Amino acid sequence: MSPAGALLRAVWRRMSGRIGVVVLAAMITGAVAGPFVLPSPIAQPDIEHGGRPPSLAHPMGTDQLSRDVLARVAGGARVSLSVAAIAVAMSIGVGALVGLFAGYKGGAVDAVAMRLVDAALAIPRLFLLLLLLALWERIPLVVFIVAVGATGWFGTSRLVRGEVLRLRESEYVAAARALGGGGGRIMFRHLLPNAIGPLLVAATLGVGDVILLEAGLSFLGLGIQPPTPSWGGMIFDAREVLVTAPWASVFPALAITLTVLAANLIGDALRDAADPRSA
Amino acid sequence: MTPLLEVRDLRISFPTGGGRITPVDGVSFALERGRTLALVGESGCGKSLTSLAVLQLVPAPGVIDPSSRIRLGDTDLLALRGEALREVRGRRIGMIFQDPMTSLNPVFTVGDQIAEGILAHFDVPRREAMARAERLVGEVGIGDAKARLTAYPHQLSGGMRQRVMIAIALAAEPEILIADEPTTALDVTVQAQILEVLDGLRESRGMAVLLITHDLGIVAGRADRVAVMYAGQIVEEAPTAELFERPSHPYTQGLFASVPRLEGPLSRLTPIRGTVPPPTAWPAGCRFRPRCPIVHPRSETMPPLLDVGPDHRMRCWLAEGET
Repeated sequence: MSPAGALLRAVWRRMSGRIGVVVLAAMITGAVAGPFVLPSPIAQPDIEHGGRPPSLAHPMGTDQLSRDVLARVAGGARVSLSVAAIAVAMSIGVGALVGLFAGYKGGAVDAVAMRLVDAALAIPRLFLLLLLLALWERIPLVVFIVAVGATGWFGTSRLVRGEVLRLRESEYVAAARALGGGGGRIMFRHLLPNAIGPLLVAATLGVGDVILLEAGLSFLGLGIQPPTPSWGGMIFDAREVLVTAPWASVFPALAITLTVLAANLIGDALRDAADPRSA
Repeated sequence: MTPLLEVRDLRISFPTGGGRITPVDGVSFALERGRTLALVGESGCGKSLTSLAVLQLVPAPGVIDPSSRIRLGDTDLLALRGEALREVRGRRIGMIFQDPMTSLNPVFTVGDQIAEGILAHFDVPRREAMARAERLVGEVGIGDAKARLTAYPHQLSGGMRQRVMIAIALAAEPEILIADEPTTALDVTVQAQILEVLDGLRESRGMAVLLITHDLGIVAGRADRVAVMYAGQIVEEAPTAELFERPSHPYTQGLFASVPRLEGPLSRLTPIRGTVPPPTAWPAGCRFRPRCPIVHPRSETMPPLLDVGPDHRMRCWLAEGET
């Protein structure tokens, strides 16, 4: 079996990994299937009588504007999960490239890249994003995703650089060089594939981080803009009916918690599987 | 006949806190087509560094002295850069390393790794590369070649992995194979098999082999010539049979006396006293002097390589009395 296949199997063998995979799969299913089977998340069929408790017609109740909470949670899943997936893919990609080059080239390239990363890491990500969002009101979704992705790769680049520093001294890299392998071949064929374990762990843990970040920013009214449903935005919208219609904020909160938990469970299982010593 | 590979006056130095050290200090040898030359010596004598220098793989901050010469046929190997250098690495000179456990990339199959070497140097389709890989795997003595191609390194034993390493090194059909302690990490029984494989390949392909080892035992009957290294220099060089019959340098004699023999009367093993000094503490004059049981009166001056017999030279003043 290939090492990647073995890793996935090892995650599934662990209870925490299995729970995480099942929960996340359920969320993804809801996000994908939701729009086809549920009412529109922005329809306001009975605006005079909003805030109905859960019933057969509305399993999670309706919010203060009579919108179906389940439909909005599913719609929020669609937004939150795609923001997380794209932003994390972006930061992992950029981080891996920077770390790979810095670690492999060493010397001045490494020193400059890592000092810049140090500087970037000294500023909390939330502040960087708040600054941008303060300057750009009603930010388009694409720009928001890019901003989240662009502020998330610093840690990954350090991680990959560390792995590369270790791996480039390995004998198979020396062997590849002795047999005529050039820099590109060594980086992308020998170094990167062997750093994939820690990268996967960083990616899954990053998904949890980004979902929380997006929920937090949307809660502050700075992230995803209404009427696009987002979990953080839903909690923000429902804060005035927190007592009279708690379902309107409890269910999106639960969705955030479960998704972040699932991502972290998978990340932990991956880490244990990739590094047997820490199990 | 001009030698295939000629190393002349190779000097490799490293800057250290306490000044420059020169762990390889004036090494010269020649390797002829289809022959095996063994570089023998203890850890730290500079034998591995010498072999790495041939492919410009001396680890930073090591520097090859500009007066050193390494020629492969008509090519000045030390002058090569970039693409031209990569063309020689693997294609004209293959190399295998000591530890087959760590010399294979754990995330790719054996077939992938052998094919990589073929694809890097020949313009052939992938299917053809895989077919060649399968032939190579058979050639290095791995049974059930087709099934083994899809195996990952961790599924193979040490001996199998070393065979795979050899197959990778042979992928681009090099003229010279550098084997740096190819059997050190293996069981004794497997050692012999690997050496057989190397010997067979040398004969069938007319390839030259530079065998780096600390083990005189594996040199006998395999190498055509032996060069014994001590403290960055070659101290004795001769055809293998001649060297085994008449080891002349006190260091070489010490090496033989410290290895148990099967024939002849039982006697105590005599170790060489002391240890190999680090490059920072090499004595002036003959570098073996502090450990030498004889100590020639002139040994405060560094002896050159002197003839002890036909095609047999050593770096010891005692040679003067013998010729």
